[in-house]
Amino acid sequence: MPHDHHDHDDDHHHAHDHAPPQPDDKVHSYYQILGIALKELLVEKGVVTAGEVRAAIEKRDQTTPAFGAKVVAKAWSDPIFRIRLLTNANAAVAELGFPMTTTQLVAVENSEDVHNVVVCTLCSCYPRELLGLPPAWYKSRAYRARIVQEPRAVLAEFGTHLTDKVEVRVHDSTADMRYLVVPQQPAGTEGLSEDELAALITRDSMIGVTEVNWSA
Amino acid sequence: MRGPHDVGGLPEGPIDAKPHDLSFWEKQIDGLRGVIGGKGIVTTHENRRYVEGLGDDAYESLTYYERWTAALSRQMVEKGILTQAEIDARVRDVRARLAASGELESETAGKAP
Repeated sequence: MPHDHHDHDDDHHHAHDHAPPQPDDKVHSYYQILGIALKELLVEKGVVTAGEVRAAIEKRDQTTPAFGAKVVAKAWSDPIFRIRLLTNANAAVAELGFPMTTTQLVAVENSEDVHNVVVCTLCSCYPRELLGLPPAWYKSRAYRARIVQEPRAVLAEFGTHLTDKVEVRVHDSTADMRYLVVPQQPAGTEGLSEDELAALITRDSMIGVTEVNWSA
Repeated sequence: MRGPHDVGGLPEGPIDAKPHDLSFWEKQIDGLRGVIGGKGIVTTHENRRYVEGLGDDAYESLTYYERWTAALSRQMVEKGILTQAEIDARVRDVRARLAASGELESETAGKAP
């Protein structure tokens, strides 16, 4: 927001109280203007309401990788839930209060022998209901192009070094099918509560570019 | 033939893993697209078709949410919900309003491509 930025030059402090917005806050792209125009017109025509758009933004802001972490922590702690998650992921995540009604969810589990990683080569499909909006790199051309061609090299760039004995499976998402990686539970964490486990589980580990680390 | 979106397996350089916080206008488009999708007005598949059909140059040069905005504009016209003339007129009005309140980055900012 315009007035959140402050000049560090104290001499000009007062002059900047009513300073114009910083460049980052200013409109520079035609598409920003087009976006404002479309929203205004669609609200005026009653196609959408401003409240609906606001609620959608709020819901997105509140949907974070903590949701996915809760699912994974439950799978680590509850063997029956783990089987449900691996066999009917939509039903399993809905049980925990995260319904995915418009897409099929597939949970893929890492093990000593198999490492899973997710991409959407064509665009940006992602289990938003569990992880929130995808990070910019997930949508980037470089990640989409390379992860299917040289996954081990890409994983190494994320700090994940796998031996040749580990099979790497790359899952390419579609508009209809999304993937959640269930990372391996780190050794020594068996006594932790679900909440303690969930706190260890990162977004990137559920995309599959990293593993979950733990040190006592 | 490969479309501009079909990049799987192509040679590419390093991945820029820097976090990018969405700006307010990007969130607005995401929200707008979510509501329109939720009402069944434009499906995910339709959205993809428009984004993929923007053409190589536009696909390459636009940012992610710029593509979505361009796609949304075309969808609304094609579905008869808005006309191109009313969109163009409103874009001019919005731009003039932003210019008057000093919110344009420069005199030429936000001109149609």
